[in-house]
Amino acid sequence: MPLNIVSLVSVGRHPQSGRSRRAEQDGRAVEMGLKLAGQQLSVVHVGNPDEPVLRQYAGMGLSSLTVLKQADRFDAVPVLQRYLEQKNIDIVLTGVRSESGESSGMVPYLLAHALGWPVVARVADIVCVEKGEAQVLLALPRGQRRAVRVALPFIASLDLAAPPARQSAFGVGLRAKIETIESIGEVDQIRVDWQEAEAKPRAKRLKTVKAKTAAERFKAATAKPQGDAGKVLINETTQQKAQAIFDLLLEEKVIR
Amino acid sequence: MNDFSSVAVSPVGVVRRDPRKEWMARNRLHPRHHEVISEGVGGEMGANGLMRRNPRQIGFIGPNGIKRIDRLKGNAVQTPNKRQSVVPEVVLPWHVVATADFYIFVVPDMVGGRLSGHDKDILGLAHRLQKEIAGQGAVVAVCFGEVKETQFELAGVDRLVHFAGAEFEGFAAEAKAAALAAMDERWAPKHWLFPDSIHGGTDLGSRLAAELGERPATQAWQVDLEKTVARGAGGSLDISRATPRILFLLEECAYPIDETRHQVLSLEMPEVQRPAPRLLDQGLVAVDPNEIPLAEAEFILSAGNGIHNWAQFHQTAKALGATEGASRVAVDDGFMPRSRQVGASGTWVTARVYIAVGISGAIQHLQGIAQCDKIIAINTDAGCDMVKRANLAVIDDSDAILSALMMLANEKLVEPGAVQGNTNKEDSDAA
Repeated sequence: MPLNIVSLVSVGRHPQSGRSRRAEQDGRAVEMGLKLAGQQLSVVHVGNPDEPVLRQYAGMGLSSLTVLKQADRFDAVPVLQRYLEQKNIDIVLTGVRSESGESSGMVPYLLAHALGWPVVARVADIVCVEKGEAQVLLALPRGQRRAVRVALPFIASLDLAAPPARQSAFGVGLRAKIETIESIGEVDQIRVDWQEAEAKPRAKRLKTVKAKTAAERFKAATAKPQGDAGKVLINETTQQKAQAIFDLLLEEKVIR
Repeated sequence: MNDFSSVAVSPVGVVRRDPRKEWMARNRLHPRHHEVISEGVGGEMGANGLMRRNPRQIGFIGPNGIKRIDRLKGNAVQTPNKRQSVVPEVVLPWHVVATADFYIFVVPDMVGGRLSGHDKDILGLAHRLQKEIAGQGAVVAVCFGEVKETQFELAGVDRLVHFAGAEFEGFAAEAKAAALAAMDERWAPKHWLFPDSIHGGTDLGSRLAAELGERPATQAWQVDLEKTVARGAGGSLDISRATPRILFLLEECAYPIDETRHQVLSLEMPEVQRPAPRLLDQGLVAVDPNEIPLAEAEFILSAGNGIHNWAQFHQTAKALGATEGASRVAVDDGFMPRSRQVGASGTWVTARVYIAVGISGAIQHLQGIAQCDKIIAINTDAGCDMVKRANLAVIDDSDAILSALMMLANEKLVEPGAVQGNTNKEDSDAA
């Protein structure tokens, strides 16, 4: 039985030029979906069906793309929830954080809570799906990976460590059919009161010296940082020295 | 006319001097110098009740007859004195919260069981928020699993909640979120503060926010009681909004606590009802350590001029599961590729544990490892700079130590858990 997989895509933003583009993580979600389900993958976007960026996703080899049409000021989660409830879905793939809008990264969590599914965050790879269970590799900091088993259905958000999205073909993207579903949205009430401005560069943290007298300030400016000297092993046997190092490595859990 | 308090006029009119006191007054390094100098400076009560102070009575006459006035008031730069090398320890005042009117909960990342700089910033922010709210609040830190931190009281933790136990070890996002939801129900904190980080803070906070049905402010960096400025649209927007109850904070959002000590009392923990875990942890997966970028590697074994047996070095790195690094000399001599160089013209590393084998510690190299937590030096020269910087230094030949280390690592590999005497799941899985 082929898997029923949905990839959710959004409109990305190039960090330097600010142009809209295929979002990095969402592209990976489509790539992962293509790997797991092939042509059976359905790709869903909430927003404007005439958005040219959608053609970039379609150019990855999709024959069609579903758009739940609604205006920007509407909340995407209730619409998506209603759409996903209708279908018999196994896996929903998203990015960790969108590149436009609030970029809170809450969509997978809110959907998972509403649908009662587990959510797996920062996935590097979905190794295999068998007997109603998926073997998932999570991307941890410092290049580490953790294996997790999770029962279908679930929602996964893809990390940048996941396999990168394939190149998008312009012609294939143009030929893809975009199916538009009219949806009744709910206005995002909390967002109405927000003010948005271009991001200010954050000030660098200054080193503050809380000295009360000139002499203390002088000392703070000239004194060498005094690290507390560590342990030095000189006269022990080689075996003892090696054991001391090994114990520290075990204590810090870098050797498992 | 005399300026000395050591000078007294006896009843018969004979001027009596105390040469010892004069000597002490001249000698600024004398332990009783200030005592002697300040004698008689306070002035005395005049006939009409006013304090009369003799302006000529400050200072003293030096040995060469010149009047010296010490205006440093005891703040003179301490010259290294062998006889008294005891530095007085600074004891910070207590910040006491006897009964808390409200609580602010902070869930630190506790990377490696210790508070990170990010965590401390957030504790600092929690205290700033607590001061703005009327009434006295307590800042509560919620920790999970193993905790190695010993400085909670200096980081600003008024109350500590520690969920220990096997169910919170390893990957346990669902169990942790359930525990936080139970804490929320029991204590109803004014704010929940999470670090917006890849170490699990964002994931845990998002789970809690979805569970409680509240909208958090993510990537927040300027927070006060009314307004929060948060980054949006991939970091290209600043969104100003009313401060919500749940906040995910960026690094350097506030200054850490550094002027007070805190009580670190424990807080009552409610009974957590845990549903069956839906995400089953299979343990960490062995990754090729040399595939990890050097800048973000956790554990680096670095080689320098003191290495003679390079095959052995590579074998040891493999046995320990360490990423390989090198000093400039080793790279220049062609033993290691340029991409492995650590230091000023190579990579600035952030490893938690850094082993420097045969590296004496040129300043360019020490710059490159400034961010590392624990440094282990293996060197034949006990006086080199790397040994001074290291947390653990071993003075021996590198060949002997590396072969002994390799043997220990191989023993551990054969018999996982035998060295420490524990056989938890994580150990056996990864081995």
